[in-house]
Amino acid sequence: MARTLIHAPTTARKGEVMEIRTLIAHPMETGYRAGSDGRTLPRDIIRRFACRYNGELVFSADLYPAISANPYIAFNVVANASGSFSFTWEGDNGFAQTENATITVA
Amino acid sequence: MTRIAAAPTLSRRRLMAAGLGVGLAVTWRPARALSDELAGALRGFTGGAPTKEGRVNFDIAPLVENGNTVPITLTVQSPMSAADHVQAVAVFNEKNPQREVVSCKLSPAMGKAVVSTRIRLATTQQLVAVAKMSDGSYWTHTVDVVVTLAACIE
Repeated sequence: MARTLIHAPTTARKGEVMEIRTLIAHPMETGYRAGSDGRTLPRDIIRRFACRYNGELVFSADLYPAISANPYIAFNVVANASGSFSFTWEGDNGFAQTENATITVA
Repeated sequence: MTRIAAAPTLSRRRLMAAGLGVGLAVTWRPARALSDELAGALRGFTGGAPTKEGRVNFDIAPLVENGNTVPITLTVQSPMSAADHVQAVAVFNEKNPQREVVSCKLSPAMGKAVVSTRIRLATTQQLVAVAKMSDGSYWTHTVDVVVTLAACIE
């Protein structure tokens, strides 16, 4: 499991626009670099990120080798109802990770 | 002697003015037209639909010291309502090995069309951000970036 860092508020007022910041530890090997033996290192990237809010897809992103190592993604979500966020990263070599965060909306 | 001094038509003052003019022409280059590479990548995203400049703001440092992590922020002016929202934003580059940088799908539940991430840049180049609105229109913002330390690609 890769280390993740998720900044999401735990409480919010209804209708408030919240900023969510996510970061995951991943080398994002581009597939264009040569290793120490001179051969090209195989590509190993996260290809897709998605955020679901109470099961509904709110934001998703397709990532390419031009995204830096340890991909950082920040976006906004409107606080509609109490519930949970699920963050999913999927990538090469069967990489898949899901993290959750809960939110209470007053 | 006085006759010789008066003879040159190109006075020092005019020469200075001309030099200043050349300098301005060099630094105040109008925004370049999209390169073929970028225009092709953009066509792949829009499917040939016309694009307009505006509504999207592509925030990136014009002078990048380290091409390995370049923070970018994409802001689209949109009410993000069910009737009028941003459906997708994407970034394309000119000189990395691959044209695509990132492609995001947005929804009205986001409230604000603002997305930030960090990217790699192989060299000094042009980048374009494009947004697809729910009414089917496409808006772009083109930026030129100078990269002093390139991302390691070879």
